[in-house]
Amino acid sequence: MVMTMTLKPPVIRTAAPHSHHPATPQPTKISVRDINVFYGEKQALNSISVEIPGKAVTAFIGPSGCGKSTFLRCINRMNDTIAGCRVEGQIVMDGQDINDRSIDPVVLRAKVGMVFQKPNPFPKSIFENVAYGPRIHGIASNKQDLEGIVEASLKKAGLWAEVSDRLNQPGTSLSGGQQQRLVIARAIAVNPEVILMDEPCSALDPIATARVEELIDELRQQFCIVIVTHSMAQAARVSQRTVFFHMGELIESGSTEEIFTNPREPRTQDYITGRIG
Amino acid sequence: MTDIAAARLKKRHAAETRFRVYGRTAIIIALSFLALLMGRIGMQGYSTFTTNTVSLSVYLDPARIDAGDLEGSNFDYVVALALLKKMGETDDDYGTNASEAMDLVSRDLGFQILNRLKAEPGLLGKTITVTGPMKANADLYYKGQLKRETAQADRRLNNHQLDWLDRLKADGDVKSGFNVAFFTHADSTEPEQAGILGAVMGSAMMLLVTALIAVPMGVLAAVWLEEFAPKNRWTDIIEVNINNLAAVPSIVYGLLGLAVFINWLGAPRGAPLTGGMVLALMALPTIIIATRSALKAVPPSIREAALGVGASRTQTVFHHVLPQAMPGVMTGTILSLAHALGETAPLLMIGMIAFNPGIPEGFTSSASVLPVQVFIWENASERAFHERTAAAIIVLLVFMIAMNAAAVILRRRFERRW
Repeated sequence: MVMTMTLKPPVIRTAAPHSHHPATPQPTKISVRDINVFYGEKQALNSISVEIPGKAVTAFIGPSGCGKSTFLRCINRMNDTIAGCRVEGQIVMDGQDINDRSIDPVVLRAKVGMVFQKPNPFPKSIFENVAYGPRIHGIASNKQDLEGIVEASLKKAGLWAEVSDRLNQPGTSLSGGQQQRLVIARAIAVNPEVILMDEPCSALDPIATARVEELIDELRQQFCIVIVTHSMAQAARVSQRTVFFHMGELIESGSTEEIFTNPREPRTQDYITGRIG
Repeated sequence: MTDIAAARLKKRHAAETRFRVYGRTAIIIALSFLALLMGRIGMQGYSTFTTNTVSLSVYLDPARIDAGDLEGSNFDYVVALALLKKMGETDDDYGTNASEAMDLVSRDLGFQILNRLKAEPGLLGKTITVTGPMKANADLYYKGQLKRETAQADRRLNNHQLDWLDRLKADGDVKSGFNVAFFTHADSTEPEQAGILGAVMGSAMMLLVTALIAVPMGVLAAVWLEEFAPKNRWTDIIEVNINNLAAVPSIVYGLLGLAVFINWLGAPRGAPLTGGMVLALMALPTIIIATRSALKAVPPSIREAALGVGASRTQTVFHHVLPQAMPGVMTGTILSLAHALGETAPLLMIGMIAFNPGIPEGFTSSASVLPVQVFIWENASERAFHERTAAAIIVLLVFMIAMNAAAVILRRRFERRW
């Protein structure tokens, strides 16, 4: 008896032409000066300073526990919600310190959207998921307006074609990759200037990952995107700038091409080549 | 496989089988106790739901009824004479026969005649037919709970009275039917006239007060403690004390209610308002604990999602976290309210033990509640009250089952809401 088995190579689409254009350097959107973060007595971040360009993708890489997610959460002040967490230093966005007393974190978070590691749609309908942000911020003045925003956001997130006929179904009924794009649509709906992504693809399969990476590549035309990732390949594929963290310190930052091909720091070299991590 | 491994595997299977047997035994024992309890209550109480009524032709003798003073006339005696006449007997000089007849027929018939005469004075001198309940002992005889075989000295009715009852039954003047009075009357000193409606209304009103006070307060307290309160020594102390309060014996809440609500604040004694306030205090810790654990069970990713799109903390809690926690909150709340419904001890402390022959008029008037009604009837000397005790327990259980069913339905509805 002959066992016949045909193995098809898996079709994996990767983000369209991985062209990180270092040619047109973008003006700085967020400038971070001397940030220290403490959880109680423990110092999680040690004197971080970096410039993050607008309308480009900046990737934060580094081993687990190096503080890259903590740093990401400083940018929309999500660390405020953690008991015992203290942030010192300056994060200046468009010429204003976001840690200033006059800044309302609620307004800041509308300007700086966030996408989390695990897709976390609200247990409400797809429409409600996207409409929630515009509604609480009073962005839409009437129902048609709101429907327009929801449609536009879902289109930008590349999800409209898949869900346009079932907007009333629960967002949690979508697949993992669709959920993550729904969450991105939800972030886009409030007209943010910056989108923070905390390992957005770590819970997704390769195909869904490719879709999200494609999406990130499209979105950088309009938004300043900061992405935390564990995947070196992903950082190389989607980002134009890369920042390497290690043990709470910023080791090196520069254009993605430079970091991956010609790192200045030996620790960066070791991490990228897999010797530490 | 080695021998040792095989032996160990066999041991593991044996342990698993043993554990399964223990579990099943425990469930069977628990269920049989429940069946025993329910069976006993059912057996004792079901007879309450039927009752025997008698129809009598009564001659409204102008010589015995004073048209100018209807309220002062002895209608019970008129009814007794009608019964004697039917039996072909007359009253003797000492009135023994008439009082024996009065022991068989409820005073309700006398009241019916009074009311009809008040409405229509022209009936005086005529013969009318009235239908009403038998006295409780006669009712028990028909139901077979008072037996002729018992020695005459040991039962409440003598042979002569039993002969009359047999004849009434044989002549078709007594009919058995559904005991409507039990569901439409409040408490009474006469068992055949005593009903549960007053206590049901009292319980419902009291529970309404409890729910209106305890649910909003408990849920808001839990939301603040869980979502907003800083974690420091003060909130730790509050948390420990709430957990302790849940374990305080209920009678202590009764004493508190007596001291604070009645003696200090001047709340009415034995009223649904006061009872509801005391039970609200008692239900509060349970509701807070249940709500907090329901809130804790909501995944933090939902909070992050809401905060991430720029919702304030209050919006996050009230738009996302609390709705998600709602099924748990509802379950905890309804269970604690059901617990409050069955609570007796604290209500005795605040004077809810009074005899209440009417349906409560308002939240501040004296009222009976179901568990206390059970307590009062159980202590009554008349035998007929004992079957009513069991019937009242059945009503209480039905009330609770209805509440729990409502909880399940509400849960379903909230869980389905997207």
